[in-house]
Amino acid sequence: MSRLSVSDLWKGYASTEVLQGVDLEVHAGSLTAVLGLSGCGKTTLLRVIAGFERAERGSVSLADRTLDDGRTYVPPEKRCVGYVPQEGALFPHLTVEANVGFGLSRRERRGDAVAELLEMVGIAPLARRLPHELSGGERQRVALARALARRPHALLLDEPFSSLDASLRTRVREEVHALLREQGVTTVLVTHDQEEALSLADTVAVLRDGRIIQQGAPAELYERPADQRLARFLGAVNVIDAEFEDGTARTTLGALELRDDPASGGAAAGVVMVRPEQLDVRLREEGAHGESSAAGLGGRVERCRYYGHDALLHIRPEEPSGGEMLLARVHGEQALPVGTRVTVAARGPVTPL
Amino acid sequence: MSTFAPTAPIASGWTRAWSGRRRWPLVSVAGGAIAAALVLLPLAFLIIQAQRSGWGEVQRLLLRHSVAVLLWNTVRLTLACTVLCAVLGVGAAWCVERTALPARRLWAVALVLPLGIPDFVVGFGWVSIDPGLHGYLAAVMIMTLALYPLVYLPVASALANLDAGLEEAARSLGLGPWQAFRKVTLRQISPAVLGGCLLVTLALLAEYGAFEIVQYRTFTVEIFTEFKLGFDTAAACALSLVLVLLSVAALGGELALAGRGRAWRAGPGARRIAPRIALGRLSAPVLAGLSALGGLALGVPLGALVYWMLRGSSTTLPSASILAAAGHTAEYSAGAAVLSTVLAVPVSALAIRHRNRVTVLIERLAYLPMALPGLVIALGLVAFSVRYAFALYQSALELIVAYSILFLPLAVVGVRSAMGQASPRLEEVGRSLGCRPATVWRRVTLPLIAPGLGAAFALVFISSATELTATLLLHPTGVNTLATQFWAYTSELSYGAAAPYAALMVAISAIPAYVISRRMTTLARGERAR
Repeated sequence: MSRLSVSDLWKGYASTEVLQGVDLEVHAGSLTAVLGLSGCGKTTLLRVIAGFERAERGSVSLADRTLDDGRTYVPPEKRCVGYVPQEGALFPHLTVEANVGFGLSRRERRGDAVAELLEMVGIAPLARRLPHELSGGERQRVALARALARRPHALLLDEPFSSLDASLRTRVREEVHALLREQGVTTVLVTHDQEEALSLADTVAVLRDGRIIQQGAPAELYERPADQRLARFLGAVNVIDAEFEDGTARTTLGALELRDDPASGGAAAGVVMVRPEQLDVRLREEGAHGESSAAGLGGRVERCRYYGHDALLHIRPEEPSGGEMLLARVHGEQALPVGTRVTVAARGPVTPL
Repeated sequence: MSTFAPTAPIASGWTRAWSGRRRWPLVSVAGGAIAAALVLLPLAFLIIQAQRSGWGEVQRLLLRHSVAVLLWNTVRLTLACTVLCAVLGVGAAWCVERTALPARRLWAVALVLPLGIPDFVVGFGWVSIDPGLHGYLAAVMIMTLALYPLVYLPVASALANLDAGLEEAARSLGLGPWQAFRKVTLRQISPAVLGGCLLVTLALLAEYGAFEIVQYRTFTVEIFTEFKLGFDTAAACALSLVLVLLSVAALGGELALAGRGRAWRAGPGARRIAPRIALGRLSAPVLAGLSALGGLALGVPLGALVYWMLRGSSTTLPSASILAAAGHTAEYSAGAAVLSTVLAVPVSALAIRHRNRVTVLIERLAYLPMALPGLVIALGLVAFSVRYAFALYQSALELIVAYSILFLPLAVVGVRSAMGQASPRLEEVGRSLGCRPATVWRRVTLPLIAPGLGAAFALVFISSATELTATLLLHPTGVNTLATQFWAYTSELSYGAAAPYAALMVAISAIPAYVISRRMTTLARGERAR
């Protein structure tokens, strides 16, 4: 159980700086997901932590031991950091057994250690197979067992599930998650899949343009993203003009409770973020009552995307209040035909951006 | 597991090139430097030798009338043979790969096998049954029959890997079958055709034995004669420089032509295999043509060998001396195979793992001997050893070094492809599992590249065992190899005595030709099964 910390890490190749001052704290025994688009430097970050690349500036330390700070440099074999590269990178000339036992001493290999590891990841019957005879999910499990064999102080996973097809991915992900929980090993997982990051990790760190722009619990990131771009990256979002007044935001959807006061209460106007699942959509009875703003905003369904478990409605607000298209997530059975007139109301606290 | 794309871009400077490593891969750099120096050594001493006799003298030597005749002889032979090889190679490859030919797999093997017969043995076969064969036409025929597989092999593999979708798209756009072949298929296989033609040209420029047998004088024959019989080192070196220029011109020509139309490869999943074309009424003429080609290229030389073996067995066969010669051949070839394979490892490692301007230059230099005829390398080494290291002159070591330089490109091709498969990711994983770099090399890299090392060793061994020209110049005095003994008997017209030596060399080099053709057909079958 060791804490991993990276501070002010810089690393570049020929003409581009890939990492530009990365700060990352991974608590002992936790699983941190580093989330970013492809090419943002996720893999480079892992490679520096693993010791395959040297830091240009800044430091990496594990359990108070400096691994790399520009002067001292601990080679990868002395770091006690497990690494699971994309697609596993199993040694093609070795059996599953020999792959898992690779990092163990000759004596350890002869004992039960390897069999136990294979049992643990659920591939004991495959011990004598060669890597090319395994499925994608099995390969990932072998790679994981191999990395865990030496009881590493930290484990690095580089997009471990991206090569698996959708149905398998969820299952392998769950199994790996359970296993890591059980082992309690400090883990960094990099991914470009926000759903994976939010659902698996204790902490999510978002890497963009070579920096960590935000790090926090999944819910915190989802509810209080650092900026609009991140808000959109983590999921669909409505950005609505608002005027702020003691703890509430006045918007076309009515007065909404604010999660935080906008920065030290200075600004009187700005925008708030409303997630599609925060919108309630009701059918509007024709002409019975006038349009009361307390009941919500009148609109017309312009597009309906049906996903089975839920549906995403694109609703065009009607004059006179007008405004941008709204996205609302409703239960699958509430998918409404295009053209339906509806009333939209917002629920729960909203976040100023 | 899919392939691993190299992630590191070509670095621009020294500091960046080695970043991520604590220090330079000193062993690799030293090995690469030795390989580069060895390749440059013969060339450098040719130039030094020519300079020593004075450029005025060189000019006088080169501007003789006989040189113009040699040039004309060499060029007209090269052009005719290359064109014929291209036509035969492409035609045969198309028939085998794209038509519903009966006994297709048998043809696929039989048409490659002539590659396993050394050119001078082909010449021997023809002349021994018809002593009247000599001159231009005989040289063209013999060399075409010996060399067409160099075009056939790459073209057949290109055709087997061709995406049928392209041709079908062309047909759907209104092109007839012949137009589609010319505008689409031929364009796609043109790099393979050009590459094959380049190999044919280089082989023709380097050939000595076959031309000597049919008494056709090319540059190489003249250089050999000037040096070996006239003891005129200055003239030999001056002529060699012209030969090198001709080879370099051939390389440049291929580069210029190939640069214009690179084949486009669809992703592996997107490729479809074209249905084979039924031959119908054309079956008989196609089969007759292929049979004639196979018969002339394979049947005549092998038949002649068998005939002389049977005839020769009635005379007393010096079996002790053939064993001794085989022993020497094996010894020198194994030495060369070890040396060039060992040199190929750092060259490939640098070119793949530490790609920058210097290592790319080293890699290119390692391929340079492809354009250097064995005779040129041998002369360069002679020029070096006679003046600076006389102990080396006509020693076993010198011959081994000559083979190693000559066949270094083969070794690099073998090792490099294996090294490319051994992903650096695997080495990194090995280190993250607690192994030091040397241990990772032993437990991961070496087992992964072992097949490549084996292939490189085999290729160099076989090529050395069947090499004639450099062997004749450099073999230790009084020690005969299979090639030199064969040559001695052939020169005395003792065909019966020469035949067992040739048969042994054919046996040695037929094995890889067979393996290569088998692998090609199984590969193609595997693709279809997918």
